[in-house]
Amino acid sequence: MKDIQVCIGSVCHLKNSYDIINRLNELVNSNGYNDKLKVKAAFCLGNCEGAVCVKFDDVIYTVLPETTDKFFDETIRSKVD
Amino acid sequence: MGMYSKSKFESNVQYTKYLVNKELARRFIAGENVSEHLDDIEKTIIPGPKPITRCCIYKERHIIGERAKIVIEPLKDNNVIQILRTACDECPVDRFVVTEACRGCLAHKCQEVCPRGAISVVGQRAYINQEMCIECGKCHDACPFNAISDVQRPCLRSCNAKAIYIDDEKKAFIDYDKCVSCGSCVYQCPFGAIVDKSFILDILQLIKDSEGNTKYKVYAIVAPSISSQFTEAKIEQVITGIRKIGFAECLEVALGADIVSCHEAREFADTIEERKWMTTSCCPAFVKYIEKNYPELMSHVSGTVSPMIALARIIRQMDDNARIVFIGPCTAKKMEINEADLKGDVDYVMTFEELRSILDAMEIDLTKCEESVLDNASYFGRIFARSGGVSTAVMQANKDLGINANMKPIKCDGLSEVVKTMKVASFGRLTANMIEGMACKCGCIGGAASLSHGPKDVTEVDKYGKLSKEETSVQAVRVFDLESVNLERNYNINK
Repeated sequence: MKDIQVCIGSVCHLKNSYDIINRLNELVNSNGYNDKLKVKAAFCLGNCEGAVCVKFDDVIYTVLPETTDKFFDETIRSKVD
Repeated sequence: MGMYSKSKFESNVQYTKYLVNKELARRFIAGENVSEHLDDIEKTIIPGPKPITRCCIYKERHIIGERAKIVIEPLKDNNVIQILRTACDECPVDRFVVTEACRGCLAHKCQEVCPRGAISVVGQRAYINQEMCIECGKCHDACPFNAISDVQRPCLRSCNAKAIYIDDEKKAFIDYDKCVSCGSCVYQCPFGAIVDKSFILDILQLIKDSEGNTKYKVYAIVAPSISSQFTEAKIEQVITGIRKIGFAECLEVALGADIVSCHEAREFADTIEERKWMTTSCCPAFVKYIEKNYPELMSHVSGTVSPMIALARIIRQMDDNARIVFIGPCTAKKMEINEADLKGDVDYVMTFEELRSILDAMEIDLTKCEESVLDNASYFGRIFARSGGVSTAVMQANKDLGINANMKPIKCDGLSEVVKTMKVASFGRLTANMIEGMACKCGCIGGAASLSHGPKDVTEVDKYGKLSKEETSVQAVRVFDLESVNLERNYNINK
């Protein structure tokens, strides 16, 4: 089981990190990754300039609601399949 | 002395507390062992040569030393509310006294209304036999010349828990079996003779030992009432200022309040049929009042943790090595964190007064701080800070969660109203089924350790509430894994 941590610190929250969490959860479900991935909220990942911060495999990425699907396909999928 | 003049404070009592805390913080940060420098500290704050309020500067300095010792030394008597015996000015004990204004009139209305026959007229002047007086105040109301003064000691008058007594030496003392640590006496004593233990040095040590938040992270969690404080700067600047003290992160307890309103709405729906009525549980002094005076009614007290604890537990779920400091207007929170079932959730509590002293000791000027954001909670979580806010939020969550339970709230604004409502409840005569209890008048914004207590504070809180991105509590909590966080109190283990 791997964690996808999505920052919900104030800056990321204002940039719609809640929507990213919801979309990632949808993607995890629809792809049947429930036993491989867990989407978690996290308080400030310390990189507010790169909001919204998403941490996966110890790397912090910048993700926006409109790039969430792309991020999932390009970064997450290859590491769980 | 310092960045803020006296005029920033409501009273000299608040100012003196601030000076002591600031001086201690300043020296601690400079690496001094403060307990070895009590003499210097006393002289810095009371330079002399003339005394300010007491008989001489030596007594004034001694009192400053006593204040400092309460901050430096570990907590005594297992209660954060402490009396400084030397500072207690032995105010008059007799409440109603006939003054010079008595004309020795023919009517003697005072004598007529006294239900105990305690008033006699001696030499054309009314006289109250204090042994017989029951302090009903009827003579005071009846006198056409306003000649009977009501000089009840401010500490006694402030204490609705009836926990303050006067000893043989006319000094005030606290019955800790009754005290709910609301801090009302701390705020009301005009001599500043009652204080709430400050943990600022422990907090500064905690931050220092984190080695720049590398060994562990120190989180500041701030009560929503912060919006009515430090109004010389924007709330966004205050948040930056708090971070500059050395906290890794600053989060709003209002998010914990959102969690609580959802949880409490469900609790209400699930249990109200059996319990008939329930109370809120966010105010620790209110809960303590019931625990100490109506232990048999504890089953009616909400079993939901307070917003402070809810947020702390959420943080610990994400960071199991977290250290957490609550910043708020409340003295009773300093007690809440030591409750047996809550111990370990929050490390320390710091009041707004104490926050001001640390900011100034570190020379952090809020008006010059850049702005950073504070946003997670909803409008409803934020208005927990004022009287009526909690029941409004729980009712809204009740609606938004689609529960639609029939909630009839009654709000108790201040401990005096709590006292009355709980009496009614104990007789089984409540018409409401939900009691919102807040020990401080106006709610947390009127907290004993607030820097300001003005009526404008309500507007400030509502204004701050409206800035929220999330509209409702239900929306604000939607991304949290609340199933795996324990949000229940266990009052039994505190017995």
